[in-house]
Amino acid sequence: MNAAKSFSSRLAGWLPRIVVAPSLLVVIVTVYLFILWTGVISFTSSKFVPVYDFVGLEQFVRLWATPRWHTAVANLLIFSALFLSLSTGIGLLMAILLDQNIRAEGFLRAVYLYPMALSFIVTGTAWKWIMNPGLGIQKVVNELGWTSFTFDWITDPNMAIYTVVIAGVWQSSGFAMAIFLAGLRGIDNSVIKAAQIEGAGLPLIYRQIIIPMLRPAMLSVIVLLSYIAIKSFDLVLALTNGGPGSATELPSTFMFSATFRRNQMGVGAASAIMMLMTVAAIIVPYLYSELRERNNG
Amino acid sequence: MANALAQHKPIDEALPRKTRMRLGRLLIYGPLCVMAALYLMPLWVMVVTSLKPLDEIYGGSFIGLPQTVTLEAWRAAWSEACIGTECTGLKPYFTNSLLMVIPAVVLSTGIGAINGYILTKWRFPGANFVFGLLLFGCFLPYQAILIPMARTLGLLGLAGSIPGLVFVHVAYGICFTTLFFRNFFVSLPDELTKAAMVDGAGFFRIFWSVILPTSIPIIVVSCIWQFTQIWNDFLFGVSFTSGGNSPMTVALNNIVNVTTGRKQYNVDMAAAMIAAIPTLLVYIIAGRYFVRGLTAGAVKG
Repeated sequence: MNAAKSFSSRLAGWLPRIVVAPSLLVVIVTVYLFILWTGVISFTSSKFVPVYDFVGLEQFVRLWATPRWHTAVANLLIFSALFLSLSTGIGLLMAILLDQNIRAEGFLRAVYLYPMALSFIVTGTAWKWIMNPGLGIQKVVNELGWTSFTFDWITDPNMAIYTVVIAGVWQSSGFAMAIFLAGLRGIDNSVIKAAQIEGAGLPLIYRQIIIPMLRPAMLSVIVLLSYIAIKSFDLVLALTNGGPGSATELPSTFMFSATFRRNQMGVGAASAIMMLMTVAAIIVPYLYSELRERNNG
Repeated sequence: MANALAQHKPIDEALPRKTRMRLGRLLIYGPLCVMAALYLMPLWVMVVTSLKPLDEIYGGSFIGLPQTVTLEAWRAAWSEACIGTECTGLKPYFTNSLLMVIPAVVLSTGIGAINGYILTKWRFPGANFVFGLLLFGCFLPYQAILIPMARTLGLLGLAGSIPGLVFVHVAYGICFTTLFFRNFFVSLPDELTKAAMVDGAGFFRIFWSVILPTSIPIIVVSCIWQFTQIWNDFLFGVSFTSGGNSPMTVALNNIVNVTTGRKQYNVDMAAAMIAAIPTLLVYIIAGRYFVRGLTAGAVKG
């Protein structure tokens, strides 16, 4: 009887760990083991199905010798630089304007944020239609009388990547706005009052005091938007399908088409590992600092 | 009397100040309204285009009101449009998405709730490490697991099936849901569970009768977030399913990318609207909770 009791109390002590174990196991397998598995495939000569020979860094060499991959990396740099700066800038501006005790704030906030509820496929479909040179914005402006106006970026290989930026910023700047607004609401009003008494104007107060105080929000916005930028896949597929040609290829679409369309699984795995390393370089330090601050606070 | 007093006011100062205030307000409302118009424009364009007959689309402007309003495009998108070689419209794919999203949301939210409960109220050595492991899963670029997951689903006999998609969404969803519940439960006082324990309540009893009744808001946040993410997912859908088992987003993309015949933009837009309506409705009804889920990754818990 004594033994039974100690067994049941020991079981009760272990119960939480037993209950959390299956989820932990699933995550360890589907996140960490799968990453390792992808890593292994990137060192093999896999094409249509995985084969487990070892070819060293051959796939990485092949990847970096592929012009399409260079296009994808260059596009990612252009896209993320513009996407990040425009979304952050517009988001910050809208948050500051919304924070001026205005009427209908709730409505305006809802309007700026609703694109985040949409699928990137829906966003891509809508903007593809809006930017269609034959029937979209260009045609409307032409009919208004400005007949020489052209807006055919979506079919121009040199400009198509900027259409992805436009649609991406439309979708995500509301998200930046929401985080900045939460940050602004957390700032003590007395700081602003004190500066006003000192005779500082609003623009100066924002530049010198408030925006520097938004540092944590800024960090969150930049990290989360970079993550969105790197994993952008559906938007490109719906908007331009990677084209014209390979003009709007991104690493995410490159990985997908190498693996599932061109039977270059090894190259696909190598590109996935490159993506993962980029994300990890941004996210891991961020999570580390967030968790440390939480534990201290 | 009042007039007399008013005349004592230095008029030349009062007026410019008032106009300056007006100008300031104008500088605030002006950009806000312009931005609002820009944000609403694509939705407006989708709705009006979906209500126009095809001839009006090729003849008129894409942004103007329809001259004849017709629901023909919506009907076509719902029950006639061709996805690949099958001309069934979006109807069966809408059902697929529902069959995928409902179990996946319920399972991931339930598992996340109990994980968050354990990681805050039944802390064990290494609990923080476990949380860190789960947290990185939120930021995983899914390209890094596509190939192994495709192989594993094949080995499990779930390849190309809706239960397979449910499994994938639950596996990666519990990272987010655990984060939501953990950050919510951290702020619940430990006395709550301790008192229940003194009264003799066990692990599950406390979860059911003490913890769950206090966590309705975070359950709503988690359900909305998971619903939006899973409904809108495209990458898993296009990688792990094909043909008749695809979710809505994949079917929508197929409709839009049909290249044969005269492009039916009104059907495209109606299809996009049908794909967007469930998440838009959730956003309109429960926007507050949606925003909380969105900022959970950024705002400290």
